Amino acid sequence: MDLLKESLIEVIRRTSAELPEDVRAAIARSLETEKKGTIAESAFKIIERNIALAKTKSQPICQDTGTIIFYIDAPLGLDQIAFEETIREAVKEATKKGYLRQNSVDSLTGENDGTNVGPGSPVVHFHQHRSAEINVKLILKGGGCENVGAQYSLPAEKLKANRDLDGCRKVILDAVLQAQGKGCGPGILGVCIGGDRSTGYELSKQQFLRRLDDRNPNPELDRLEQDILKTANELGIGPMGFGGKTTLLGVKICAANRLPASFFVSISYMCWAYRRLGAVMDSTGAIKSWLY
Amino acid sequence: MIELKTPISEETIRALRVGDEVLISGTVFTGRDVVHKYLHEGGKLPPEVNLRDGILYHCGPVVLKDEHGQWKVTAAGPTTSIREEPYQWKVIQDFGLRGVIGKGGMGDKTVAACEHHGCVYLHAVGGAAQVLAECVKSVRSVHFLKEFGSPEAIWEFEVENFPSVVTIDSHGRSLHKEIFAQSQEALAKRL
Repeated sequence: MDLLKESLIEVIRRTSAELPEDVRAAIARSLETEKKGTIAESAFKIIERNIALAKTKSQPICQDTGTIIFYIDAPLGLDQIAFEETIREAVKEATKKGYLRQNSVDSLTGENDGTNVGPGSPVVHFHQHRSAEINVKLILKGGGCENVGAQYSLPAEKLKANRDLDGCRKVILDAVLQAQGKGCGPGILGVCIGGDRSTGYELSKQQFLRRLDDRNPNPELDRLEQDILKTANELGIGPMGFGGKTTLLGVKICAANRLPASFFVSISYMCWAYRRLGAVMDSTGAIKSWLY
Repeated sequence: MIELKTPISEETIRALRVGDEVLISGTVFTGRDVVHKYLHEGGKLPPEVNLRDGILYHCGPVVLKDEHGQWKVTAAGPTTSIREEPYQWKVIQDFGLRGVIGKGGMGDKTVAACEHHGCVYLHAVGGAAQVLAECVKSVRSVHFLKEFGSPEAIWEFEVENFPSVVTIDSHGRSLHKEIFAQSQEALAKRL
């Protein structure tokens, strides 16, 4: 179990300190498109310096090390109870080492015991697969961007959004407008059309497991993703809401079945400090390769 | 780039305009959700926490103790300020703040308090925890660490050339309001 714990701590450290390559590439491209001498350009320069500095110093990219969300693809027969217990130990250790901030607060008493472990923290999703390997993916999602997430119920009369793809487009763009720079833009949207209230949000978050440069296999959703990205970047909100050309770095949308009575559009917003990494481990917990 | 050194005079603040990029040096106190609620409810500050002509930073840093028992700031970017909107105007008024650092901007009550009392809102780059931690040269003191927990405590930082942008000035202008209006109009054309 010690090897697994060490590997998990390493996954946490890297996720907190290093942005995945696809995100870094998108940020570098955005810096180029912003007008020289603007505060948008200054913001991007600070962002780029920050990304480099965090990696070199092996310290958190952002001090809000976020909700700790693990997605585990587990082989048949993996002891999930023991695995989750090891994750909790690794989280405690990573917090002591400063890879994670003391970031988990008792909602009733306000007490922060400094461990990051408690009811609902960390979040661990297991999914069985027929491979012998264990995929451990981790997303650290900060509170600023979580707070600007939104769930719409269609029809939304004020926005003239009906129960169709155009209605979905309207509410998604409304979420971008309402978020402005508050979620540490440029952001990435994860969207789920359909589902119930809880699965809708859950599936919207799972969209953040996709690479920024992938394309949606569903042509309708792909068109919607490209359209929202293009339109959002014409709104002039810009990095941090300073004004500028880059409001979003990506849009990822999925659809889930719904009840005839419900039509939810659930939108999660991820900040530019898009911390998402993963590792493939063997049954001993040794890291075989890195994902993303 | 405009340099600001604490303590800051009202005159210096009144000279700042939306869009100005500033580098802050001197003393900065952190204070976020719990501190604002505490002060709003009449909570008292220890005498060492002197906010007059000073700067309050919406920040919950990562702070570790090094091998010599010294506090070391390892991550210190801004947190979202709008949550303090119900309280900020009064903190500006009662404690004589000249600057509030945060991210995401604030609302009308804060804009009015900035105009009335001579204060500005300084937007730091959210998420830039390392660049900003490098600007923190030392931790002078910490208050309410046990009561509020580390991210919510009042940390007294000595900072040098801390970069930020004036997005609410003391003349009633708010970049956030302007960008919202412009983007709302741009969106309306695209629906």
